[in-house]
Parts: sequence; structure tokens; C-alpha cells
Amino acid sequence: MRELGKDKMMKRTLLIAAAVLGFAAPAYAAGETPVPPQQKWSFAGPFGTFDRAQLQRGFKVYREVCSSCHGLTYVAFRNLSEEGGPEFSEAQVKALAAEYQITDGPNEAGDMFQRPGRPADRFPAPFPNDNAAAAANGGKAPPDLSLMPKARTYERGFPWFILDVFRQYSENGADYMVALLNGYEEPPADFQVPEGGHYNHYYPGHVIAMPQPLSDGQVEYPKNEAGQPQAPETVDQYAKDVTAFLTWTAEPHLEARKRLGFQVMLFLLVLSGLLYFTKKKVWARVGGEVEGHATPPMTHNP
Amino acid sequence: MSEHSTTYVPKSAFGKWFESRLPIAGLIHSSFIAFPVPRNLTYFWTFGAILAFMLVSQIVTGVFLAMYYTPNAAMAFQSVEHIMRDVNYGWLLRYLHANGASMFFVAVYVHIFRNFYYGSYKAPREVLYILGVIIFLLMMATAFMGYVLPWGQMSFWGATVITNLFSAIPGVGETIVHYLWGGYSVGNPTLNRFFSLHYLLPFMIVGVVILHIWALHVPGQNNPTGIPIKSGKDAVPFTPYATIKDIFAVVVFMLFFAWWVFYVPNYLGHADNYIPANPAVTPAHIVPEWYFLPFYAILRAIPDKLGGVIAMISAILIWCLMPWLDTSKVRSTAYRPLYKQFFWLFVVVCVVLGWLGSRPAEGWYVIASQICTVYYFAHFLIVLPVLGFVERPLPLPNSILESVMGVQKGGAGMPAGANAAPHSKG
Amino acid sequence: MLESQVAETTTHVAEPTRRDFLYIATGAAAVVGGATLVWPFVQSLAPDAATEAAGAPVEVDLSPIAEGQIVKVFWRGKLIFIRHRTPEEIKAAQDVNVGSLRDPQPDSARVKEGHDQWLIVYGNCTHLGCVPLGQQGEYHGWFCPCHGSIFDTSGRVRGGPAPINLPIPPYSFASDTKIVIGQEATA
Repeated sequence: MRELGKDKMMKRTLLIAAAVLGFAAPAYAAGETPVPPQQKWSFAGPFGTFDRAQLQRGFKVYREVCSSCHGLTYVAFRNLSEEGGPEFSEAQVKALAAEYQITDGPNEAGDMFQRPGRPADRFPAPFPNDNAAAAANGGKAPPDLSLMPKARTYERGFPWFILDVFRQYSENGADYMVALLNGYEEPPADFQVPEGGHYNHYYPGHVIAMPQPLSDGQVEYPKNEAGQPQAPETVDQYAKDVTAFLTWTAEPHLEARKRLGFQVMLFLLVLSGLLYFTKKKVWARVGGEVEGHATPPMTHNP
Repeated sequence: MSEHSTTYVPKSAFGKWFESRLPIAGLIHSSFIAFPVPRNLTYFWTFGAILAFMLVSQIVTGVFLAMYYTPNAAMAFQSVEHIMRDVNYGWLLRYLHANGASMFFVAVYVHIFRNFYYGSYKAPREVLYILGVIIFLLMMATAFMGYVLPWGQMSFWGATVITNLFSAIPGVGETIVHYLWGGYSVGNPTLNRFFSLHYLLPFMIVGVVILHIWALHVPGQNNPTGIPIKSGKDAVPFTPYATIKDIFAVVVFMLFFAWWVFYVPNYLGHADNYIPANPAVTPAHIVPEWYFLPFYAILRAIPDKLGGVIAMISAILIWCLMPWLDTSKVRSTAYRPLYKQFFWLFVVVCVVLGWLGSRPAEGWYVIASQICTVYYFAHFLIVLPVLGFVERPLPLPNSILESVMGVQKGGAGMPAGANAAPHSKG
Repeated sequence: MLESQVAETTTHVAEPTRRDFLYIATGAAAVVGGATLVWPFVQSLAPDAATEAAGAPVEVDLSPIAEGQIVKVFWRGKLIFIRHRTPEEIKAAQDVNVGSLRDPQPDSARVKEGHDQWLIVYGNCTHLGCVPLGQQGEYHGWFCPCHGSIFDTSGRVRGGPAPINLPIPPYSFASDTKIVIGQEATA
């Protein structure tokens, strides 16, 4: 066998590994739940930011459609006015909080009581506990939505699961949610949907307990100057807006994270450049770095 | 080279006074300043420093996280969300710690494969190497328990699956598992004790790392040629040469680390762990973190429960036997053209095992896992012993210096000209 | 020993050169980086957003508090006494030679104008932090059983080891029957 340098061996190894994985991947992807289409999100990529208006619309959709069954219990009212989110005003947040009744206590008599919400309070859950939630919803408790886009994903397959790291694709949960909300349809002729279930194109197993939550024109959007709704009042738009809002509830510090990340990467690039030249200067004292070992031609023994 | 330097002389009066009572300055000087290091080390030799950096990073971020984390089953998940949302830079602490664990394992696997390639486990470095295996086992235990702490679905069910393995031990297995759990299933007592041990183990790792570095300083570093330092010109003092190279490598590694933390912080994790633990609902596919996947594949490849456990543990413990299984007189794979092929094949098999660990244990995945597991053990039990006898290695250079500079008259230590230093970096 | 044989050629340079500038620049960058790295860790120790929010001003309705009654509330985890003083208590507080006090303060400086029947003070003895008992002690203000400190009906120290008067928390009157503790009056 021909002798190969170490670099060549490494490259061959990587190619073999890639081929094995590539060969294997399609066999798994076939016959499984369809892959959700990728959306264009304002918060994707290294410089992504949330669209404030979209977050505010999304909150409206959550409040008017989802909040009757789904909690948002990790989110505090005050978060809605903080930087990096929907950025409602503090007065709006105070008024919103006061619309909710929060359990507090015990009072002097030893009783728990209800009081109007304050910005420091978190969104109260729609049901007192999971059992009550399940009992009211056909046996399945509707999950809390605060973290939903981080709690869902789909099989990316080869070569995407490698490329995603370089593309910084972290919107898999969000893309899945939009697809799911748009994905209610008539089941195929040969598919039996069990009692209490609904057919969804993107839900794994295709049978979801939640009935279609969104319909066209369901939520009225604020009007722009021309008197038209800011965004189309369609299922697809509602799906995108509420998903963007929930991405914010899951990752409230997303913008700060990406901003700091850029500064850190830039700094580290500069520092590593400085260190590289420092290293070379230091090693120049002994005639430069010479690494590795002899290549075969020099000591080749035929 | 293990003699403590008598060349170090403190400059100040206080220095002399202190040094005669606790000679730590002299120890640091002889170990990290004057210590001779082969001059031909590649960047694969910087991973020791990178690992030390990651250990410190995990401990520091971990201690700060522990100021806010609550190790109680009813509050753990929420306390992590509290850190992510309310604690100043809490999101950064959490992502540094979670991704830091992955970075720690990336570095340790590079470090381990470097050892395999260059024969760094061979005599006289056997104890150094076995201490390294012990560190790896402690890392695995620490990482496993750490992953349970957020008390998500994967935390709970991963803990359930792996602790259930102990029930495979004949006779006492069931009792051992109950003692491990502190109950009849994974629950609050389990979480509490995992938190206590997760906090403790890293400091045990620090202790074994100190032994590991001490054991290293007896023979000194190996190098890509596999032949020892013969004369002074083969080596350079640790400071500033290795020091600056290590610092540079650590900063470049930080860039890699930062990419994960700031841009894809949840990629290496599992979405199911953002769902609070529910003992009534099992996730569709229980998978450990990526760094455990090859061992998970070996575990599931054996249909028998106890057999699987034994295979999985043997897969790591067999590393301890390598100094004696490998019969080759030549240390570095660079001079072993036949073994080189088998080495890279072994790397491919490990990667494939890792991928198989992420697949469900069904259909042809099981057969593939079994084939790869057999090959994995064959590498140690057949390839290593047989090849040492059978293969014809390339002739070794006379010295490190000669190997990288070419045979020079006078050996001035400076690269002569066009024919020198085939691997010279400009 | 090997150390002495190690090949090392150092060139000594008399004055700073481009090489030294590189070292200085790298060192400076590393120091800046190090300081920046420490900052988030130190900041993480500060009260977090939830604690800050929970420490927001609290409103207290004064109407159920009878004359002579002392009510306890908490703000930012600290105990606060709200005392609805009787006319006798107010007079006793005002008829004092301020100069003779250990911590001289007139009663008028310790209440809000027009609301001198309301005394609002922190509820921990200024000696070592015990909670004093109301309507006790020589002046019928407070008495601390731990080491015998005595406070009057204005919360001022009159005896015992306590060094200063019971401090006044920031508060303001939203109306005659409602105060907001944690928020000074805005103009």
C-alpha cells in the first residue's frame, strides 16, 4: 500500500466518514414526517433582531387565541417592556398586568385571595394544575408555551446537521411550529384518525390532540396609516407572528447574546492574531518553529 | 528530569525566606519555566493546556451557577429558567457551562486520539496514561450527573436508563440501584445527591490532573517522532516557547467555544430537555449527550443487559491495557505505515459508532452497531498485538533535531536552507 | 542538567522596537480581555431582575389601622413598622429637648408634613438587628429585649446600646389613606 502523509490520511478518513453518514441518512428520512419548510426570520443569523411590531402582534395572537389553554408561566409582565422584546411601554405593561387576577396570600385571616396583577408578577396559568388542564382538554394537558420553540425540533439529516453549525441555524423549533399551525388538513383516504384527534401534516404520527387553533381574520391587527392591517390577517401570518413572539419568550436575551457574541468573536480574532505574531517572534529566537517529524523521502529505506 | 531544580535562586530576601520553607517557586520554575520541551511539538500538544483551561472554566461557571440553582425536583427546572431570564448574565453562565462540557469532551477526544497516534501511552508513560483514563472516567461521571440537574425530560429519562443498568449486576443489582436512587425510582433524593457529587467530582479531577502532570514531568512530553530528547538542541525551555504556543492555542479554542455559546447554544443539546421532567411520559428517543454516543451504541449492541454493560465499561477500561497490548517497538504511528491505515479505520469506526448511538435501536442499525463493536475490540485485542510483530516500520531519525531540520554538520540549530525542515512553519 | 543545554539564543535590544510594541499590544489586549471576562461574573452576583422587581415599591392602605396600632409590613425583605400614633404619643414625641438626644432629630424630620400621626420606621434595632417590641419601654415607643435598647414614640433611641434612631424608609403619601413604601414623593 502506498504510504500517505498524515494530512492525506486525515482527509481520507473524513471522506469515508462523510460517505458512510451520507449513505445512511436517506434510509432514515424516507417514510417519516415531512420536513417543515424554512421560514425567513428577522432574528436568524449572527445579526438577527426581533421585529418589535411582529412580537406585539404575536402577543396579541397568544392572548386572544392561545392563552385560554396554554400558560406562559415563565414570562413576567415586566418582561414585555424590557429591552430586546416587544418593548411595550411601562404604562401599557402596568395596565395589562392589572387586567389579570393573581393569587396572593395568605392574608391576616389565613386565606389566599385574588388581587390585580403587578408588573413583577408572572403570567398566571390558565389551569390550577396539570390534572385540571388535562381533564378540561380531553385527557391531554396543553403544554406551557414559554419555551416551545426550544422544546421542539425535527430530524435535519445529512449534510444539514453539519452545515447548520456553520449557518447558525437555530430556528428549527420555530420553523416546525409555523408548519404545524399551517399543517391542519384532511387526512388521506386510507388514514384513520382516532376519536378526539386531528390530522396534521407535520405532527409526528400525524394525529394531534389540539384542534386547529387559527383561522383567517380571527385576530384584528393594528392598522397602519393607510387604515389597513399592519400585516395580513391570515392563518399563515398569525402562525409566524405568534411563533416569533414565542421565540422571544423562549430566548428573551437573544439580541444581547448575538451582540455580545459579535464583540467577543471580534476581540478574540484580534487577540489570536496578536498572539500568533508574538508566538512567531518568540520562536524566532530559536530559529522558528519546526514541527512534526521527518517525511519518508528523507529517511526512506526502500 | 524529575529532580527539583537547584538552579532556581530567588531574587528577593523574602523570596529566599519563603523558598526555604515552601519551595513552590522552585517547583513552578522547574516544571513550567525551565522544563525542557521537544522543539517539534505540533498543536496537538496544546490540548493539555486547553483541557486545563476548560476545567477551570467549568468550575468557575459551575460555582456561579450553583449560587442560583435549586437542586429540588419541584424547583430545579424553574431555577434554571430563572438563571436564564433574571440573573444578570445568567444566560451566559448557563450556555458557557453547558457548551463548555461539550468543548471539554472535544478537547479530551483530540487529546486521546493524539496519544493513540503517537504512542504516548507506551513505556515509560503507562501510569501517566492510566491516570488520564481515570480522569476521563471522572469526567464522564461528572457530565452524566450534571446533565440530570436541569431536570428536563432527557435529564430524568437518561438518569433512569443509565442508573437502571446497575440492576444488571447479579444478586445485589436491584439493591444497588435503590441505594443509588435513594428511593424506588429516580426522584428528588437522586437529584440532590447528583448535585452534591457533581460539585465534588471536579475537585477530584483537579487532584488527579495534578498527579497526571507530575507523572508527565518525569519522562517529559512525547513528540511526533516518538524518540526521546537526546541532546539539548532537541528541546526548548517551556517558558516562553511552549507557554506562548499554549496561550495562542487556548485563545483559538476560545473562538471555537464562543461560536457555540453565542450563535448555536442549543445545538449540542436536546430539545426534549426544555420540557420539564414527566415520569409518566417517555420521550420518543432517549439519547445521551453526543460525547457518550459511541459508548451508548456499544451498550445497545449487545442484546443481553449485563453483557451490554460489561461491553460498555470494557470499551473504556481496555484503553488501560494498551501499553501492554501494543507490541510495536516503534512509538509513533508516523513511522508505522501499516498501522496508520488501521488507526484511521479505528477513528472512522468510532465516529460511526457515535452516529449509530443517536439512531433508534432498530433494524440494520443494530447489526451495524454490532459489527462496529466487534471491530472496536478487535483493534485493541488483535490489531495492536499482531501489527507490532508483523509490520516493518520506517527507520527512525537519529534525533528530534535531525528529523525536523535535516542532518546538519555542526547542528547550529538554525534552519539551513531549502533542504531543511520539511514541516517548517514560516 | 538539560535546562542549561537547551538551545536558546536571545538577542538583547537596547531600546523598544517593533517587537516590543507587539508584546505590549498583546499584553494589553490580554489584560483588557481578562477584565472583560471577569465583569459578567461579578455582575451575576448583583440582585437579579426578579429580585429587583420583587423589591418594587409596595402600596399600603392605612385606613384599617386603628389609632395606637402598629402594623408590620415587609419591603425588600426588610421589616417596617407603620404606627398610627395617638395625640398623646405625638405630643410626647414633639415635647423633647432634641439636643439631649443621643441621635438628635426633631420629630418633624421623621414624619411627613401634615401626616404626623403616621410614623413609619424600619423594624430592626440599630444595635444588632433584633425586632423591638412595640408600646413598651420607658417612653412607650419600643423596647428591644435583646440588649435593652429603648426607643420613644418617634423611634428615636433614648437608652441602651443602640447608637442611632430607627431609620426611616423611603415612602410617600399617594393619598391620605395610602402610602407607597419604596418611593419618595415626586415633585
